[in-house]
Amino acid sequence: MIDYQTIETAARQIMANAAIDIPPDYRQGIEDMAKWEKGDLSCFVLQTMMDNWNAASEDRRPMCADTGLPRYYVKVGNEARLADGFTGLERALRSATALATHDIPLRPNRVHPLWRTDHNNNVGINAPEIDWSFEPDVDWIDITTVHKGGLFGTDYRMLFPGDGIDGIKRFFLDTLVAFGTRGLACQPAIIGIGLGGSKDITMVLGKQAACLRTVGDRNPDPKIAELELELKKMGNSIGMGAMGFIGNAMVADCHIEVGYTHTGGMPMSVHAFCLSSRRATVRIHADGSTEYRHDPEWFTPYMRRETVEWPIAKHNEKQSV
Amino acid sequence: MADSQAQRKTVRLKLPVREGDLDGLEIGTVVYLDGVIYTGREGVYKKVLEEGADLPEGLAELSNVNFHCSPAAAVEPDGSYSVGGVTATASFRFSKWMASWLETSNAKIIIGKGGMSIEDYRDMLVPAGAIYLTTVGYGTGALLGRGIKAVRAVHWLEELGNAQAMWIFEVENFGPFLVESDLEGNSLFEQQGRLINANLEKLYEGLKAPALSRYGETDDRKDELI
Repeated sequence: MIDYQTIETAARQIMANAAIDIPPDYRQGIEDMAKWEKGDLSCFVLQTMMDNWNAASEDRRPMCADTGLPRYYVKVGNEARLADGFTGLERALRSATALATHDIPLRPNRVHPLWRTDHNNNVGINAPEIDWSFEPDVDWIDITTVHKGGLFGTDYRMLFPGDGIDGIKRFFLDTLVAFGTRGLACQPAIIGIGLGGSKDITMVLGKQAACLRTVGDRNPDPKIAELELELKKMGNSIGMGAMGFIGNAMVADCHIEVGYTHTGGMPMSVHAFCLSSRRATVRIHADGSTEYRHDPEWFTPYMRRETVEWPIAKHNEKQSV
Repeated sequence: MADSQAQRKTVRLKLPVREGDLDGLEIGTVVYLDGVIYTGREGVYKKVLEEGADLPEGLAELSNVNFHCSPAAAVEPDGSYSVGGVTATASFRFSKWMASWLETSNAKIIIGKGGMSIEDYRDMLVPAGAIYLTTVGYGTGALLGRGIKAVRAVHWLEELGNAQAMWIFEVENFGPFLVESDLEGNSLFEQQGRLINANLEKLYEGLKAPALSRYGETDDRKDELI
């Protein structure tokens, strides 16, 4: 049984981990890019960012003062039991957000869209967002927090099947060039692409692809994996680097997630996670013990399943009882 | 790897800057600041320029550096402040207040994210003898946070909230920033963007256009759009 206090404490910890410590996979990605980046100004920016990550970790202060829109992704094991149920989990995450905002401190970015009311704790109507997913046959819960900026670097477009891969490439370039100018996308970034689904899911998948997969990770479909690498290469040949200066370091990695969509359409979204790619995960086991990590491991084979049935021993056993 | 740090010209400026201090500063130069700066964005601009509130007493003598920023800061129960990180916010949104702000505040350095248009520099900053510094990256919140040595005052905290209030910071070796617009209104972003744009055509070569265009991709109303 997982209790309220365990969840709140763990969630406060990942809020701090995300805000302060750059994930090692992303750091490695930028270090590698800095080695081949030829643009002087762009390279200066990368070096400065690496200095900044070191300063953040040494001082235990947020790496970026725009601490984004803190939010959560929760994966619940089918066998996990929560002492205060799911609304208890939501309450713990809201509480952790408010406490972490004061303690770290995070910037209280969250305001009412019309009245601009600010509770100074990053909590409000529909905030923080909580996305849910499930995993069969396990009794843990995974909580990931992502602190992503909210203004630039994301776009959506309804393409059509006839637009094909060319349409995808064009929209990818359109988005990178538009938001990369003056560096508003805070590149080099992990670029997430959502393809298919209904329109809202197109956006959700693209965002999750950017924020919940690590640099170097490839889609299990070999042809999609190939397209990821092709787009990454294309993004890095625009001639634009960090802050929109001359250079090539634009895409730290490219991740594509797909969802079955309407037969007449091919909706697409593009999302840029920034130079402060803030994510952190905790796994809370059934006995209340916790493990912290940087890879959200969000897209499991179960999440990407394509069929009605999910062939798991335990699941089948239950069916047959 | 390009030899980034070694080649970049770096200067340290003592604040408030005096007549002549900004002469000869070239775009792309790395700048660090020592002295006092203040944050100010739409909340402050509306308060002072639209509602007619007085500037904090002695502000102009204390500092002539306006940072487009909301700090990650909290007010402690004893009334003291803790400042974690500071990062700039995008400046183009403040263009409509800039001319009167420069006149009212006598600011000579504007610090922000992303710069402003070259027209804004030539029409507003250059006549006021002001330059624009951009933050680097843009997420150097921890490095800039280190440079803040004290919070000297916070104005309009209750009314405007943490993010929009005017924070007055004492800073030391505060940076790095890059000179984005100099006293003549040359713009680093404009210069770099122009060179990059020249190659874009080639990038799209061979990629066929989508079946339907979107609004904004053409000005011709006869075109069918989605």
